[in-house]
Amino acid sequence: MALIGQNIIPPDLVAKVTGRAKFAEDFRAEGMVFAKLLLSPMPHGRVRRVDARRALAMPGVLGILRADEVPRANAPGEQALTDEPKYVGEPILAVAAVDETTAADAIEAIEIDIEPLPFAVDPLDSLRAGGPDARLDGNTIRFGENGREVVSMKWPAEVFRAAEAEGRLPTGEPTDEWEMGDLDAAMGEADFVVQDTLIHQSLTHHPMEPRSSMAYWENGKCHLFGSTQSTGRAHGALAGQLDLDPENLVFVGQYCGGGFGSKITGSPVYLVTALLARKINRPVMLRINRYEENYIGRGRPGFQAWTRMGFRGDGKITGIDLYIVQDHGPYGRSGDYFTASLVTHLMYQPDAMRFRGITVYTNTPPRAAQRAPGGAQIVAMLEPLIDKAARELGLDRVEVRRMNLPGHDSTFGPARNRTTSTFAREALDIGAEKFDWEEKKALSGRRRGTKVTGVGVGVSPYVGGSSGFDGLLLLRPDGKLHIHQGIGNLGTHSFADTGRAAADVLGLDWEDCAVVWGDSAQHLPYSSVQAGSQTTHAHTRANHAAGLDMKRKLQEVAADTLGGAANTYTVAGGRISGSGGAMTFAQAARRAIAMGGEYSGEVLPDDINDVTRRSAEALAGNGLMGVARDNFSHEGQTWSWVIGFATVEVDTETGAVEILEYTGSADCGVVVHPRSLAAQIHGGAVQGFGQARSQKWVFDPTWGAPFAHRLYTARPPGILDVPSSMDWVAVGEPDPQTPVGAKGIGEPPVGAGSAAVTSAVADALGGRCLCRIPLTTDVVLAELEGRPPPHQLTEIHS
Amino acid sequence: MAIIRDMIPTFDLFQPTDIGEALRLLDEHDGAWVLAGGLDSLDWFKDRIKRPETVVELTGVADLAGIREGEDGGLEIGAMTTLAEVARSELIRGRFPVLAQSAAEVATPQIRNQGTLGGNLIQDTRCWYYRGGWPCYRAGGNICYAGTPKSMNREHAVIGQNRCVAVNGSDTAGALMALDAWMVIHSADKEREIAAADFFLGPDIDIERMTVLEPGELLTAVRIPGNWAGTRQYWEKVRDRQSWDWALASVAAAFDESDGLIRGARIVVNGVAPTPVRIGAVEEFVSGRTADDDTGLVAGELAIRGFRPLRHNDFKLPLTRNLVRRAVRGGALAGAAE
Repeated sequence: MALIGQNIIPPDLVAKVTGRAKFAEDFRAEGMVFAKLLLSPMPHGRVRRVDARRALAMPGVLGILRADEVPRANAPGEQALTDEPKYVGEPILAVAAVDETTAADAIEAIEIDIEPLPFAVDPLDSLRAGGPDARLDGNTIRFGENGREVVSMKWPAEVFRAAEAEGRLPTGEPTDEWEMGDLDAAMGEADFVVQDTLIHQSLTHHPMEPRSSMAYWENGKCHLFGSTQSTGRAHGALAGQLDLDPENLVFVGQYCGGGFGSKITGSPVYLVTALLARKINRPVMLRINRYEENYIGRGRPGFQAWTRMGFRGDGKITGIDLYIVQDHGPYGRSGDYFTASLVTHLMYQPDAMRFRGITVYTNTPPRAAQRAPGGAQIVAMLEPLIDKAARELGLDRVEVRRMNLPGHDSTFGPARNRTTSTFAREALDIGAEKFDWEEKKALSGRRRGTKVTGVGVGVSPYVGGSSGFDGLLLLRPDGKLHIHQGIGNLGTHSFADTGRAAADVLGLDWEDCAVVWGDSAQHLPYSSVQAGSQTTHAHTRANHAAGLDMKRKLQEVAADTLGGAANTYTVAGGRISGSGGAMTFAQAARRAIAMGGEYSGEVLPDDINDVTRRSAEALAGNGLMGVARDNFSHEGQTWSWVIGFATVEVDTETGAVEILEYTGSADCGVVVHPRSLAAQIHGGAVQGFGQARSQKWVFDPTWGAPFAHRLYTARPPGILDVPSSMDWVAVGEPDPQTPVGAKGIGEPPVGAGSAAVTSAVADALGGRCLCRIPLTTDVVLAELEGRPPPHQLTEIHS
Repeated sequence: MAIIRDMIPTFDLFQPTDIGEALRLLDEHDGAWVLAGGLDSLDWFKDRIKRPETVVELTGVADLAGIREGEDGGLEIGAMTTLAEVARSELIRGRFPVLAQSAAEVATPQIRNQGTLGGNLIQDTRCWYYRGGWPCYRAGGNICYAGTPKSMNREHAVIGQNRCVAVNGSDTAGALMALDAWMVIHSADKEREIAAADFFLGPDIDIERMTVLEPGELLTAVRIPGNWAGTRQYWEKVRDRQSWDWALASVAAAFDESDGLIRGARIVVNGVAPTPVRIGAVEEFVSGRTADDDTGLVAGELAIRGFRPLRHNDFKLPLTRNLVRRAVRGGALAGAAE
């Protein structure tokens, strides 16, 4: 029986539940010392003077690392340490000492003088004429003559005046825009038009494991222990940043206590650990606490948006006009706002659409991808508007969605992209059946005392796979298949699950396989980043390719040893059998070593990546090697879908919202690991519930200071905020553009959970969209009571 | 001085095993910090904002914990009794369910296992400007950062503001005030009892502390008289999430009822002012009336008279009004319009 599709116990499980798993903070080295960071107390400033004499003279203090000792970053990139901090909490310098308390005391003993610079917390403040820029070189980034460049953009006062008069988001000159079809004509055909200003807060990732790291140097080689989503790619990125030959960096990241997009490769702070260790010539541990993690741990960008959507009487969406102002943080470029436009076009398939957007740098902590970046925000914002239209037009809400969803042949976005497969309607249908939509929708508006029921549905697509990476397998002389995986282990099981694609090709039991992962010294192949839901797709393919390569070699080894034609040999159950007899995998591995050449990895394919080549060279001669690049065809973009269904009760006297039940329905191609898929659909939904209901990132606009920097003030959901009844279902139809048929599924569950709840709350309120996320008690109650909204129309950090 | 957070500095730790020794230590060491469950204290220590040189930890003082029957049908609860014990005590649940319910909704099971009744009562406010180490009135400065028109004050006070706009965060405080409880306070040389209603201080009286406790004094027990035992009691707390969250507003109430009428009432709201607020006008109004939604409706309106919202907390007016209304009529569902 094929392993793909079966539940397995992943090889890291026992270590995790027994506490034997070593996360970055658990590593120790002889002579190890501790470091602490000095964080910026102000949102934007320039370090004028640092006097560390008193700190460095303290007993036990070993050294200091300053901004001019870390690699320089080109604008708008982020340095590991800076003398021009651009957010409260940005690391300025680090001190090492014999223990952590001494290091902390030393930080406190440092005299630092910082010149305050203008700062912006709200993107719209920065866009006003005369408004502050978050960066010295500007407040946004756009394509110019030399590619992307940071510029300062201001909108005329008239833009703000007009918007305020109309009670809507100001929409001045964007940095990005595209238009398809004739929007005016499409709107003209509409029987009903919704138009709203929509706000979505930024929110932090809060992984359980903060980005602590440990490093030491030995004979010119750096050994670095960190938390990452993608071991192989973190290794490459960190080697580049440290200006090291990849051979001279050993990176260990075997377990990862949550990433959600915030630890795709390494983290800038890992450089501090490595460079401080080199400077003082001692192993250094830099533990990041929860407070620090809030600042340097990345966040999902918030949106201030405005939209106009036109609907025909039958529910068909004629036109969409979408404007997004993105709250960016001070560094890099997050494409959430642009991706949001593509997601919108894909899922609603309007006759015409215009997108305009601008990302605005703010003096708030850096942003990065968070599960379905851009997608999770926009679906939770727009889905209640679909409900509004359906209610107005007297249509079933699931039916309106089905009518607008794409099929296999649909295109989307200005480039008219195609998908590899789209089973969104099927997911909608089986989800509606599992949830019992027909019965449940009758509960809409039901009153139980002060509580009113709302029923919601949220559609959430996101990209689900890349291709072109390598698989690397080694059949050891003991007959055990070692599956080398450069992807990380962030709790999704895909580091193990995708290896089963190779085992299936070889007809091996899982007990005869060992996954090798998490340590660059273990010779890992070139892999995708474990982000954007790429890995299930990318590495079932790569391992399938390597499995086919190994299978061919097994047949040839058998033919060479036993006689006859290679293609007459079958490979299964740990044996190769054919006309000349049979041999075991163990015998074949030993024989391959003797034969050498490509069989033992002495000769390698031309098209594999250099990373894989180095690893394969190191492993050559140790068994029968299967190594191949994924050259399978991959036409179109791979997208996965989750449709969420939720029932909520809103207490009309308190504004409290209780989520009573949830069902998620997925189109993710072939289901690789049912239990893990359930964890993705449900876990992502829980993250979405927090996004929709409670999670905040609050900044004081006068001082630029953050407040929701503790778990209890940021309010990610707890188990009591999760419905006791959660269900899932999957279409299971294989994607035709990948040999195993599987697509990634890490991203869409969050938006599905969030959108199902925002839709259900709007339903409970009689179709009123509050157009603000999170939908906290105050927002809901003010609406119910007809009181002034607790937050100004465009306020995004309150 | 640069800032370090989440990193406890060193201090001298004393762990007495009887009350006398604890009081002597507090008397001998100026500025000694009393450590009970640690949920409030350790937050301050970790952020290095409160930096006592001496800490007196009470976990080992067995006499400070436990629930004892009083002579009048009341109870005496040691200050070091954990919130979990208060929540599950059959005695408390039977006589004073409002207290058990309020304790059961503090934070999380882990915190209730560690946190104590005394600690919950005397906890410092969670105003995030103040807890962030900002030099505000309450911290000895001369400004309130939370009360300005642009401040982030959604969780702050709607009544009782006096320069400071922070709120009392204790769930059990309102319940004990509604039960006419007494706070038993010891110091090295004296013992005193203070009515719960007089125990909490607003900024109009002392802007730098939340209770009447003086340096060297220890809250040793809470004494609940028997007069409200077995009456109809009501507790409700509204928060953004269902665990590890302070109240946006809460109501604790006790009603003496007979012949279908309310004969006497105690109604206390919290999370809306620097102290728990007993609403005498409502208590007077409901006396002699039926406990129904009509009475509750007027009671709710009376409760929020004089409330003055800040920029972001207008919602606390309808929220408090509705909680009082529910307390009077007896719940979210009872008597509500279908």
